[in-house]
Amino acid sequence: MYPPKFDYYRAGSVEEALALRKQHDGKFLAGGHSLIPVMKLRLSDPGVLVDIGRIDGLKGISAANGSAKIGALTTHAMVEAADNLPDILPEAAGWIGDPMVRNRGTVGGNIAHADPASDLPTVFTALQAKIHVAGEGGSRVVEASNFFTGLFETAMSDDEMVTAVEVPSKDNHTGTAYAKLFNPASRYAIVGAGAMLTMQGNQCTAASVSIGGLLPNAIRCPSVEAALFGQTLNEETIAAAAAAVANDIVADDVMGDIHASAEYRQRMAPVFVKRAIAAAAARA
Amino acid sequence: MQITITVNGTTHTRDVEPRTLLVDFLRDHLGLTGTNIGCDTSQCGACTIHMDSQSVKSCTVLAVQADGADLTTIEGLANGSLHPMQQAFWDNHGLQCGYCTPGMIMSATKLVEGNPGISEAEIRHGLEGNICRCTGYQNIVKAVQQAAGEMGGD
Repeated sequence: MYPPKFDYYRAGSVEEALALRKQHDGKFLAGGHSLIPVMKLRLSDPGVLVDIGRIDGLKGISAANGSAKIGALTTHAMVEAADNLPDILPEAAGWIGDPMVRNRGTVGGNIAHADPASDLPTVFTALQAKIHVAGEGGSRVVEASNFFTGLFETAMSDDEMVTAVEVPSKDNHTGTAYAKLFNPASRYAIVGAGAMLTMQGNQCTAASVSIGGLLPNAIRCPSVEAALFGQTLNEETIAAAAAAVANDIVADDVMGDIHASAEYRQRMAPVFVKRAIAAAAARA
Repeated sequence: MQITITVNGTTHTRDVEPRTLLVDFLRDHLGLTGTNIGCDTSQCGACTIHMDSQSVKSCTVLAVQADGADLTTIEGLANGSLHPMQQAFWDNHGLQCGYCTPGMIMSATKLVEGNPGISEAEIRHGLEGNICRCTGYQNIVKAVQQAAGEMGGD
């Protein structure tokens, strides 16, 4: 199975990548683990690829001032092995695909592709991550909850690229966790839930909860968050908060396929939200 | 486009179409047919090779992305005698039809690096990207565990 024909350009810097893309109307190629498969299936035929995979400075994780910056070319394997990121990230990255996929797939490529069944959009939404984007007109920062706008759609225009994702650094009073119901073959999320909770003793003083997999794009869950805020967390209050996810999901938007019907996914949503909250609370 | 790739210690320079997949470059351009193509959709792992010391699925890497890289394929694993992982697959009959074997062995050698006491659960999780359609996993896991001990973390 070959991809359709394309012209190939290799960029040495972000500026060169943006210029090449503009000149040739191409698409960016990072690790290629989302793009190459869809090209082989002829679902995508960009005509021109601008390879950003060798740009210096976009690969790696750096920590500063209460946050950690993950370069766009950082692989899932590097995130899985990181010890300076909130627990939810290595946890989620370690279940993406398989070791070979994690060795090549990149954080930036993953979120730019914005597959609804992907884990990182849900994780970054829970973490209230800031997506750093570079374009012809300069750089800008987009909140994760505004970045994922639909099925394979992001807030980026064609001439922009992800350069980094900024997340809160690990904090003793904040617990994070990801829980997913996965497709047993591909490991893609049928339902994925992320939670970031700040606790004082047993009381929840801040909550950020997200859900993905069953919707065109990952979303924050304000009803769940409101039900957690100020509560003393125990089995009962966590279950009640998780059940509120029904208010955050627009039923007509829930997607079904041969692996899981829309009804089944909807029923599983509170189950996995509950697991994510309980795990995050236990880590806070 | 001209690319230069080192495979099993030999450096090759070739002209390729940008859309050439690394697995096709190995098989059709270099005649190294030990690396198999299974699902062709990044799932089965039959095409696993080592690229700059990491296991990768060569059906999902473009040859141009591997320009300048150092690769090892199943043909390059034995050094005079069988690699301990190859020997362990032989000893434990870690195969049925054998189609997944090159990819299994290439994945497994990276999986056990630095982990001589690797557990059965770790092996099963680590081999998730390699599918044996004969379902011969029992002996594959046994083989990997034997080799891990013999390799002592190398």
